[in-house]
Amino acid sequence: MTDDSIGAFRDELIDSGLVIDAGVEGLYGRTLAYEEIVSGIIALTTRTGAGDGAMAVHFPPLIPRWLLERTDYLKSFPDLTGSVHTFGGDDKRHARLLALVDGGHDWVEVLEPAEVVLRPAACHPVYPLCTGGPLPTQGRRFEVQGWCFRHEPSADPARMLCFRMHEFVYVGDPDGAGAHSELWLKRGAEMFESMGLDVDVVVANDPFFGRAGKFLAANQLDDALKLEFVSPVSSTETRTAIGSVNRHQDHFGLTFGIESADGEVAHSACFAVGVDRTALALLKRHGLDPGRWPAEVRARLWP
Amino acid sequence: MEEEIRQILEEHGRLPVPMADLDNNADLYEAGMTSHASVNVMLALEDGFDFEFPESMLRKSTFESVSAIEAALTSLVGTPVE
Ligand SMILES: [Zn+2]
Repeated sequence: MTDDSIGAFRDELIDSGLVIDAGVEGLYGRTLAYEEIVSGIIALTTRTGAGDGAMAVHFPPLIPRWLLERTDYLKSFPDLTGSVHTFGGDDKRHARLLALVDGGHDWVEVLEPAEVVLRPAACHPVYPLCTGGPLPTQGRRFEVQGWCFRHEPSADPARMLCFRMHEFVYVGDPDGAGAHSELWLKRGAEMFESMGLDVDVVVANDPFFGRAGKFLAANQLDDALKLEFVSPVSSTETRTAIGSVNRHQDHFGLTFGIESADGEVAHSACFAVGVDRTALALLKRHGLDPGRWPAEVRARLWP
Repeated sequence: MEEEIRQILEEHGRLPVPMADLDNNADLYEAGMTSHASVNVMLALEDGFDFEFPESMLRKSTFESVSAIEAALTSLVGTPVE
């Protein structure tokens, strides 16, 4: 695999009118043809988890700054983090801002951090909903989807700065979290295969940051805490994660202070679909014209 | 050394039980120390003893008990003069 082939896929996506170069590496606009694939994937994911009694929730792509701090994301992936800054100055500061912009200088120094940051994973806003007393015996289930941000600019279209994730989350006791992971490993594989995708399940090896990250990565491998569904996306020679099953153990239970029904620290697990990556995997697998995809794949996505 | 290790675990291990209830061979992960908490323990040990763990030792087994941590530290920073 070369960077050329990855860049070639990006060019093909843009030339075919599916996505639009939005001005910086990793940022894309989407046309209707692309969005119809996305809608099909989201609807199929929803149907796959229907009947579990999950509460469907939507959140903006921003989360409170305190929430990011609680998730320990800064410990694992400070290099992927995005923070929102706003202007709160007076006329004098405004003049300074405009002078910096005019001079082609860095003008962000005039801004101040806002109370929000960009959301790195769809499921993060659901954990605070589980606090304030023991959870019900059956735990709580959420279906949550929306835009997420990770700062890893690249010519590889599979590494978008801004992308959609669709998740099914369980918060409750250790057995329930284990059952959720098992169930979605099976369901997830069946779901991706039903779209004609060639997926393997592998133990994830996330790019945790720095020396602390080396340790976290070793733990993640040792405990097989995260399993990924990998498929060819930007290149037929390498595979990229298009979904994952994440066993958080008591991580969110501890950091958010969530209690299971029996008063113990809650465990949680989530199944996540990388919606945009799945759309790209479909385009790689079946070609750039969804109208000519196999009938059974079309029937799954657009019944 | 043992006392300092125990103090670091008490402060950074986020254990649900007091360190005094755990003997030197008790499995800290079984006692409730999470992966993220053990990262804090690792960083605090490096800070407290002024050294860096080599990459090969950045795994769970290095931090699984007071004795394991003591053995790792002894091998890296030498036996303390007591
Ligand atoms: Zn999640």
